[in-house]
Amino acid sequence: MLDKNGIAKRIAKEVQDGMYVNLGIGIPTLVANYIPDGISVVLQSENGLLGMGPFPIDGQEDADLINAGKQTITTLPGSSTFDSALSFGMIRAGKVDLTILGAMEVSENGDIANWKIPGKMVKGMGGAMDLVASAQNIIVAMQQVNKHGESKLLKACSLPLTGVNCVKKIVTELGVYEVKDGAFHLLERAPGVSVEEIKKATLGKLVIAGDISEMIL
Amino acid sequence: MNKVIKNAEEAVRDIEDGMTLMLGGFGLCGIPENCITALVKKGTKNLTCISNNAGVDDFGIGLMLQGKQVKKMISSYVGENAEFERQLLSGELEVELIPQGTLATRCMAAGYGMPAIFTPAGVGTEVAEGKEVRNFNGKDYLMEMAFEADFAIVKAWKGDTMGNLIYKSTARNFNPVMAMGGKITIAEVEELVPAGELDPDQIHTPGIYVHRIFQGSNYEKRIEQRTVTPKS
Repeated sequence: MLDKNGIAKRIAKEVQDGMYVNLGIGIPTLVANYIPDGISVVLQSENGLLGMGPFPIDGQEDADLINAGKQTITTLPGSSTFDSALSFGMIRAGKVDLTILGAMEVSENGDIANWKIPGKMVKGMGGAMDLVASAQNIIVAMQQVNKHGESKLLKACSLPLTGVNCVKKIVTELGVYEVKDGAFHLLERAPGVSVEEIKKATLGKLVIAGDISEMIL
Repeated sequence: MNKVIKNAEEAVRDIEDGMTLMLGGFGLCGIPENCITALVKKGTKNLTCISNNAGVDDFGIGLMLQGKQVKKMISSYVGENAEFERQLLSGELEVELIPQGTLATRCMAAGYGMPAIFTPAGVGTEVAEGKEVRNFNGKDYLMEMAFEADFAIVKAWKGDTMGNLIYKSTARNFNPVMAMGGKITIAEVEELVPAGELDPDQIHTPGIYVHRIFQGSNYEKRIEQRTVTPKS
């Protein structure tokens, strides 16, 4: 079974040289720590930055330079800054190659819910609805089973939707799935996780074709 | 032509109860600190505020919420504010949550003279309820209307006496699109210089969009999430 860092490490293997990538808050942010040497990517922060660098050295933080999580960050050689409309313009126009974000639920047809729980204080969708509606490729990082043991890979989402028919790939603590043709297609198992465990943890339609190998991290 | 005014009090003098304002900034980054302070002092009520976020309890728009000056917030994310939550749950405050790109682009549309935009954000979700859906090239889009705001209040790094503005780093965020979108636009800047001192090729907001400009003072520039790498 993977922990948060393991999920991030596995997703980092999906990142290819030359990509422009938007990382959501939470596990997706950790992906930046595992991008292999020799792979050059540009991270987009939707508040208006391409070329997001690491956190600043203590004492060098700049209140005018933050990421979409409102954390102080740095620029890199070749970075650019721009306004919010342009930022979502490049997202909408499909210029951002890969979006990695978290989810509370995903359905077998690729619907995603990650912004609102009825009865709880709603904070807002931020840029998530824009990202999922427009990204060329969306990978979701999530816990497949919640703390009550319930599956979050469903036939249909029970929570209010963020976007429809948009998730392409999911990496969870249990495995890697491709979402297509109305089903979760199991691609890899997490270390030490059996196909039986995965079946039990998936409520939506699950396709298992042949022997599923354990992932190599 | 005289756009230069003395201070924030003069800038907000004719903002009246019940008006709609655009307020620049992302989180606490690039917010018009001086004008918010002046609005709090003035005590204007029943405001509708279009702003990506709602500040924190004791800074930014949070200060206006403390004074119960806001009737409605139009935002994409409002998570960092306990007083906001209290007023929302008690029904004192109305909130319209909209996708961040939609928010920015509805401001932009106002400044571009376009009545509406089409965006895929929110298709198939509760954001789409009651909105016209149009299909272009096999994909559905929502029609979203340009905002109408009585005043836009923005913060820039540098400005000149003609109202031309330059922003710094990610403090740019919503400021340029809101500057374009207000019926009357107020710009507060860290440094106000005479016309001719800014390079025309480096201007982000042309002065035609800016009606009032002043050099602000005592910028706190509070950091919401200070994240650093330890000195090695």
